Order: sequence, then C-alpha cells, then structure tokens
Amino acid sequence: MKPAAFDYVRAESVNEVLEGLSKEGGNARVLAGGQSLMAMLNMRLAKPRLLIDIMRLKELNRIEEQAGVVTIGAGVRQAALLAWPELARTQPLLARALPWVGHVQTRSRGTICGSLAHADPSAEMPLALIALGGEVHLRNARRRRRVAATEFFLGMMATARAEDELIEAVSFPARAGERCAFREVARRHGDFAIVACAAVATSKGVRFAVGGVADVPQARDWPRLDGSALDDALNGFAYELDARDDVHATARYRRDLVRIIGRDLVREVLQ
Amino acid sequence: MTRLSADGRHPVRFKLNGRPVEAEAEPRTLLSDFLRQQIGATGTHVGCEHGVCGACTVIIDGMLTRSCLTLAAQADGCEVQTVEGLAPSPDRLGILQQAFRRNHALQCGFCTAGILMSLDHYLRRHPAPSEADIRDLLSGHLCRCTGYTPIVKAALEAAAELATTTQEKSDA
Repeated sequence: MKPAAFDYVRAESVNEVLEGLSKEGGNARVLAGGQSLMAMLNMRLAKPRLLIDIMRLKELNRIEEQAGVVTIGAGVRQAALLAWPELARTQPLLARALPWVGHVQTRSRGTICGSLAHADPSAEMPLALIALGGEVHLRNARRRRRVAATEFFLGMMATARAEDELIEAVSFPARAGERCAFREVARRHGDFAIVACAAVATSKGVRFAVGGVADVPQARDWPRLDGSALDDALNGFAYELDARDDVHATARYRRDLVRIIGRDLVREVLQ
Repeated sequence: MTRLSADGRHPVRFKLNGRPVEAEAEPRTLLSDFLRQQIGATGTHVGCEHGVCGACTVIIDGMLTRSCLTLAAQADGCEVQTVEGLAPSPDRLGILQQAFRRNHALQCGFCTAGILMSLDHYLRRHPAPSEADIRDLLSGHLCRCTGYTPIVKAALEAAAELATTTQEKSDA
C-alpha cells in the first residue's frame, strides 16, 4: 500500500522541528531513518498530517563520549554506530546487539533513537537500553528532560514521549556492560526476535533482561546466583513475563528459551 | 524551512547513476514508485512495500536503501544508484551480472535487482567475503525461486574474479 497524504518538512534546525511538533502535536511525526515509520505509513497504521525530516541536521548526527557516558544523537544511523571505532570499548553490549538489528540494508538507514521511538517489544535497542540503564533525552519547545529506560517504555509501541517532544538523543552509562552477553532466537537472522536476552555483570551480581516476550523489555537484578537458585530465579522470571502464544512461537517455547538462554548468559558474565 | 504541501506536486532532483534527473512528486510518493513511474527506471522492482523483501534495494549516497521505505523527497539532491547503472555498457554485463547468468542465480528475476545492488555495494567494500558473509547479506532479501545456493555461488565467483581483475590492474 501507499501512505496517506501528508505535508513534508525538511527541517533546517532543531527549533524548526520543535516548533512543528508544538504546533501540530499528535498530527506530526518525526522522520529519521524511516525503517519503522515508513512501513507504518505504507500500511496506513500511521496517518500523520505532517512529517518532519530531521536527517539533514548535523547537530543531531553526533556520537559523543564524555567520562565514559556515550550519547547518541537522533540522527545517528545504526550502521554509523556499529562502525564507530570506540563502540566495543565503551559499550560492548551495543556492539554485540547491533548486528541483530534488522539487516545490513536497513541498518544503513535506520537510527538508534528511531528504534527506541518505535518501541517494538521484540527490538534489540530497547532491550539494550533497559539492560544498561540508559536515558532518553527528550526536548520540546520549552524544556529538556531525561527519562530513565524503565520509565520510557510504557507498552507495546507506546513510550513516555509527549506528542510535542523530540527524542534528541539517548545516553548509555559509563562502564555499563563491561562484562556482558547477548543472544537472540529468531526464524532467520534479522527477523524480529522470538526471544532476545542480554546479561550484564553489576557490582552486586547480574542484571538479566529479556525482549520479545512481554509488551516491553523487562530486567531483573540478581545477586551472584548459580545452580538451582539461578534456575528458580529464571523460572520465576519466565512466568512473570506473561508470555503468550502467537504465530511464531508458543508461550511455553518462549519460557523455555528464557530459562535456557538465561542460564547460559548469566553463567557467562559471572564467570 | 522547506514545507511541501500534501496536495501539491513538487520538483525532486537527484543524480541517477551519475546522470541528473528531475520530475514532480507528492510528498507521500515513495522513491520506488518515483523511479519507476516518474523517471521510467523500471529496473528497481517493488515487492512487499514494507521493507521486508529487499526487491527495491537501491543505493543512496553510498548507503544501501529500501526505496519503498524512502520518500522521493528524501532523495532530493542525493546520488542514487540503481540496477540500471551496473552494466558497463548496454550490450555488456558486469562481472557480478555475468556470474549470476552463468550460475542460474536468477529464475523469475523479481528479486534480482535488489540482490545485485546489495552484492555490488558489499563486494566493493569486502573483496574477500566468506559464504557466511554472503548469506548474512542475503538475509535482507527474499528469493522464492532459487533456494539461494546459486546466488551464493555467483557472489563468491564474482568476488574471486573481481579480486583478480583488481590485482591485474594494480600490477599494470
């Protein structure tokens, strides 16, 4: 199908974006890499009256590292972050998860912040944000605010972003995920995850996060667990995720994946 | 600020395979449709129109791009490459295209334009790919005829041949 009609603005400054969002609110959508939004428009699941293209704004196209905190602007494409020479050193979990985001042909255009804005429950970037405890930088015409990962994702494709706000950037904390592991099960590499898991060593033990099962990615913080204590924790978590049957997999299969992958990943990072 | 109104048609200009082109498009016009219907460049095929099948893959400013997930207006001022730009002349196929022909790497041909663009882009940057690399790249494309095996074979053959040609050129 083809998109319904909309006005198109090629923004020349961030202020123009904020002005457009404040005037048109819910009728406007920000267009970045377009790898989720354009599909939604083609299928007419979204019918905005105005699209604001932000991809020619150089000020949004920055990757910055300050005291270990990595801040990624709204215009940074997934391929650009993957090619950033400091990625494996500063954010090893992102370096492991990014190759699982779509395909080469979509990572070349899709942005990190766009994936967060879309908030697909099985997407890898929201999972990484939850696992690492990152922050989303929001801005409207009057103020800026930062929202923690756990408060940003409200439900399936629903976020805490207000209608007049631009996701200006996302930041990942320093030294997060130094020891980390990531694994995903999908029908084919690049397809949406049936289950995606990330484990990150913390000062007290481990954080284990799961995407693709509940409406939003979920994480649990555990002390150093092993043996039956770990199995019990994973089993409890697998049921709390409230998995459902769908065309891709049964709820039971998803719980099995959480238990099996969870045990491997948690052991790997606690070794 | 450039605001293109929904009900109007607006000029879009870009370079297509090195040659400047211009036509009018509504803001909602997809690049895939613009190429085929406005410019007449029908080599780019339209399959699923939601970014899954890969048939419409083109290159914009050096980036592999699903043209069905791109507005014509977004390509304004850019360099666009499509399958029409691959052959060195109208009566000669490129090395990759010849390898496809030799290996029967296409049957109905619907997916081929997109796959050729992905492979051309990839082989220029990765001259010695493994089979796993090629299969990973092809995961962004759907082919319902070949079972992919002949496509992988053609890609590896083309890579080997391209490597020799480059070597010969650099020796000369």
